[in-house]
Amino acid sequence: MSSTRLVEVRRNILKQNDQVARELRDQFAAAEVTVISLVSSPGAGKTRLLEETLLRLRAQFAVAALVGDLATDNDARRLARSGAFVRQIVTGTVCHLEAAMVRDALVGWDWQSLDFLFIENVGNLVCPATFDLGESQRIVLFSVTEGEDKPLKYPTIFNTSDLAIITKIDLAEVVEFNRASAREAVRRVRPDMPLLEISAKTGQGMEEWQLYLEREHGRRATRKT
Amino acid sequence: MHELSIALNLIDGVIELAAGHPGTVRAVHIRLGARSGVVAEALESAFVIARHGTCLEHAELKVEKVPARGRCGECHTEYLLLSDAWVVCAVCGSPVCEVVGGRELEITALEMEDSHE
Repeated sequence: MSSTRLVEVRRNILKQNDQVARELRDQFAAAEVTVISLVSSPGAGKTRLLEETLLRLRAQFAVAALVGDLATDNDARRLARSGAFVRQIVTGTVCHLEAAMVRDALVGWDWQSLDFLFIENVGNLVCPATFDLGESQRIVLFSVTEGEDKPLKYPTIFNTSDLAIITKIDLAEVVEFNRASAREAVRRVRPDMPLLEISAKTGQGMEEWQLYLEREHGRRATRKT
Repeated sequence: MHELSIALNLIDGVIELAAGHPGTVRAVHIRLGARSGVVAEALESAFVIARHGTCLEHAELKVEKVPARGRCGECHTEYLLLSDAWVVCAVCGSPVCEVVGGRELEITALEMEDSHE
């Protein structure tokens, strides 16, 4: 004979990740490091944008990057050419970064003296939405070659991000990208979301992006360098 | 397919919670928000794989889906967000909306079975 009873409990399934993320966020705040994570589908131009961003910021700020990738350290090596400190996080078969991976990647180097730490997530617009990494801001990218309706197809990642960037804007005309309908798509999933149009290749929009980052950093920290 | 990561986290959580109660876990009740970024069907499949070899081998997963809710940024009316696209507030027409529900990803109850020989 057996009897079944219902035990009421309450626990966030991602309690562990959220706890680590909270600890990271506290540590970043205490050290006055502005942490920016970048998410996009594969090939949207995260690495290229980051390369240019590191180059531009390096003149005035202490910058570094963590790069998540399923395999290979190609992106990390590309980014290291900027002269910034870059550490690779190989996720193996995992399609997203988790807070513990970020925590582990911070061991053994002086990240506390940074102004900016960038985290490039694995190319994926679905899975990263669920995992808090303790970042100050999450930035979502989509390129003109992917079509205007990306935000409508992946609303959760847009809802959980702080800024949207349309990349490869120099190709907009060639691929007949409709800027108005892209803006409308972003507005429909998140009316108050700030939006930048950038070409890392031609430099279009890079200044505005840099100002955005400096403003973000200024809100949190007094400059260290 | 991050649902496998979620399922593993879920199982770790349940094992911890169940440790305080006698008996065997027969079912796990969870609440899953429409904007949690997790697909119920994929999580159910992942759970079947992830429970293998654990004390939840025979436990069932019962998912309660929670719709997303928004709160108007102007007049603070709360309403359901039934589609992924944003809506304007039915009361004041404002498009400014704060998501206040729908990110749920939580364990709410365990069905425990006492066996009497």
